[in-house]
Amino acid sequence: MVKRIIVGAHYGLSDWLVQRVSAAYMAVYVLLFALVLLIARPANYVAWKNLFTGQAAKLATFLFLVSLFWHAWIGMRDILMDYIKPVSLRLALEVAVVALLIAYAGWSIQILWSV
Amino acid sequence: MERTIVSHQRPKYLDLFRIRLPVPGFVSILHRISGLGLFLFLPFLLWLLQSSLGSPDSYVRYRAAFAHPLVKLVLIGLLWAFMHHLFAGLRFLALDLHIGTDLAPARKSSWAVLAISLALTVILGVWLW
Repeated sequence: MVKRIIVGAHYGLSDWLVQRVSAAYMAVYVLLFALVLLIARPANYVAWKNLFTGQAAKLATFLFLVSLFWHAWIGMRDILMDYIKPVSLRLALEVAVVALLIAYAGWSIQILWSV
Repeated sequence: MERTIVSHQRPKYLDLFRIRLPVPGFVSILHRISGLGLFLFLPFLLWLLQSSLGSPDSYVRYRAAFAHPLVKLVLIGLLWAFMHHLFAGLRFLALDLHIGTDLAPARKSSWAVLAISLALTVILGVWLW
């Protein structure tokens, strides 16, 4: 057996896991949400809004959006690492992506809890 | 320790227009492109969600935006990006579990990802239009 010495920051494995766990949660949420739409068939504002009035629905949707933003961060970071070679530009873009995604998370709270 | 360095005549800069990607590679690059597209349109999608849920008035604005043919085209494009990203992602999860890693099944599942995501986009797109 080869005993490997692993060096580095080790964030790769946790990112790999987050990418997959967030994907699995989003897939389940989307499937359930599609079923809810098929059953409830919300045709007007009140019916549509009522899908999101319960605290459980808000939390499940918020968890979906946070999974989405975290998933997007890992994916965007991979893309930037692959294609943007100048370190300063890559860092600036990474900071911009993180800032945007945190802002989206705040926006999501505002959207969901004003229903 | 002495090392022998073997030099291969390999192209270092690959000409993207001369490479013919195998189907799994095609699915993979589309997974990346669709993910990027979905990221770039996040503010638009959040805005749609906000107007749809905000108030009866903003719901009317959301319906009006949704009815615009250009918006519908963009949304159908995003629908395809989502479908492709979802099914290619499920395929990658299966590969992580060592399911379908042989060449023939990997090719077959790649074609399936392309076909299913396109078919669902067409069906839902026609229904939404």
